[in-house]
Amino acid sequence: MKPEATFLGSSIGKKIVMALTGIVLVLFVIGHMAGNLQVYKGAEALNGYSEFLHHFLHGAGLWIARIVLLACVALHIWAAAGLTRMNAAARPVAYRKVHHEASTWASRYMRVTGFILLFFIVFHLLNLTTGQWHPGGTFVKGEVYANLISTFQVKWVAALYIVAMIALAGHLSHGIWSLMQTLGWNHPRYNALRKQLAWIVTALVVIANISFPVAVLAGILH
Amino acid sequence: MAKNLNLTLQVWRQKDAKSEGGFKSYKAEGISDDMSFLEMLDIVNEGLIKAGDEPIAFDHDCREGICGMCSMVINGRPHGPKDRTTTCQLHMRSFQDGDEIVIEPWRAKAFPVQRDLVVDRSAFDRVVAAGGFITANTGAAPDANAIPVPKEKADLAMAAAECIGCGACVAACPNASAMLFVSAKVSHLAHLPQGQAERMIRVRDMVAQMDDEEFGTCTNHGECEAACPKSVQLENIALMNRDYLKASLTYRPEVDAGGGL
Ligand code: HEM
Ligand code: FES
Repeated sequence: MKPEATFLGSSIGKKIVMALTGIVLVLFVIGHMAGNLQVYKGAEALNGYSEFLHHFLHGAGLWIARIVLLACVALHIWAAAGLTRMNAAARPVAYRKVHHEASTWASRYMRVTGFILLFFIVFHLLNLTTGQWHPGGTFVKGEVYANLISTFQVKWVAALYIVAMIALAGHLSHGIWSLMQTLGWNHPRYNALRKQLAWIVTALVVIANISFPVAVLAGILH
Repeated sequence: MAKNLNLTLQVWRQKDAKSEGGFKSYKAEGISDDMSFLEMLDIVNEGLIKAGDEPIAFDHDCREGICGMCSMVINGRPHGPKDRTTTCQLHMRSFQDGDEIVIEPWRAKAFPVQRDLVVDRSAFDRVVAAGGFITANTGAAPDANAIPVPKEKADLAMAAAECIGCGACVAACPNASAMLFVSAKVSHLAHLPQGQAERMIRVRDMVAQMDDEEFGTCTNHGECEAACPKSVQLENIALMNRDYLKASLTYRPEVDAGGGL
């Protein structure tokens, strides 16, 4: 056994880190989307839900979740960077003619959609969590509903969210299927189901998330 | 009725591993559509030799789809446009009169170009030497069915063992990853009783060698499976990932690899 061939140093080890942190992030976006749906029940429900999260486990719950998520994002990006470096070095001379037979738009643009999501996460936190970047009015802590409506009434902010969700659609549709392959969950009995699961989760998360800015712009939420 | 084709080839020419290469254009005229792709290149080469030029160097051996030598990327696809087909088994009827055909060598850091379309695939040999075997003096061929293997397992092992080591998976992969090849070698032994004793050591050593050879890493595009002339399945990569994780979790450092088990 070569000493340098450690689990985290290896290609497959990094892929497994990427897949495990990916699962946490996928579960997070599902939960986050479900929480967001409270907006349709009105200001009280959404603000109350936020209140609940902030006081869960005497306030510790939210911070535990934040630390776990931050660690997952950091590890996910660390692994992505390592794999990307290996892949870029593995083909120094490009083909003159490139033909794609099996890969998809989503699989080829994972890095691009990942980067869009990284920038989105930063903007999104500044926009609706901390409030330093809040076009459309003053940000008021605890007034989750009002903050959301006022910022989505700004057309380009709404557009930014929609673009980020299209990137999320690409990242999730390949990522969910891909992480199962990486973890070795590939069996002819379940393979069709794996693709369907990836698409159903992606569609649910992305359609629900896009509906919020669209509903504000359409005047359904105000 | 055989038809004759007139084609334009754009072929990668490179004098040796150290020289810079480039594309050169050739006419291939009066090519019968019953010819194989390699026969077409033979005809072009005869013309080049008669004109006093260097013929296009390409690898080939069996010309019947089993040795895996005939590596070249044809219009962006390893071994050309037909599924489950090596270049030697590709016929010119897959092309139209007047087509332009771009012919390039496998492109991967681990497969350096030796000359024109010929690449050095010995990185694959080193990956196999790292663990793709069973450490036992096997002597003469054993009696058939001396070790019973269930049909389903035998089929899976045989499907993985169909791999001819041609390297089309690496050539097709956008990341130049060798994981389909390595997983085929891991998997055909993992399905058989003889492969169990060294199963965990094998996967760790072969993956370490694969990474050492500077192949890329799999991001599950699936291009390898689509390009494989023997239809080796992505399922093998999943098995390798699974075994690698298990091997990493259960590895005993005091047990040394390489014939000692
Ligand atoms: C923040 C910036 C991000 C970057 C730079 C990034 C980058 C990547 C890359 C390069 C891959 C592997 C590419 C492939 O499999 O083809 C990947 C896979 C994945 N990503 Fe991300 N990503 C990011 C954020 C996210 C987020 C926010 C989520 C969850 C919502 C996520 C979930 C996943 C999943 C589930 C996988 C599949 C893991 C696997 O291949 O086994 N990523 N990401
Ligand atoms: S020459 Fe042997 S496989 Fe093509």
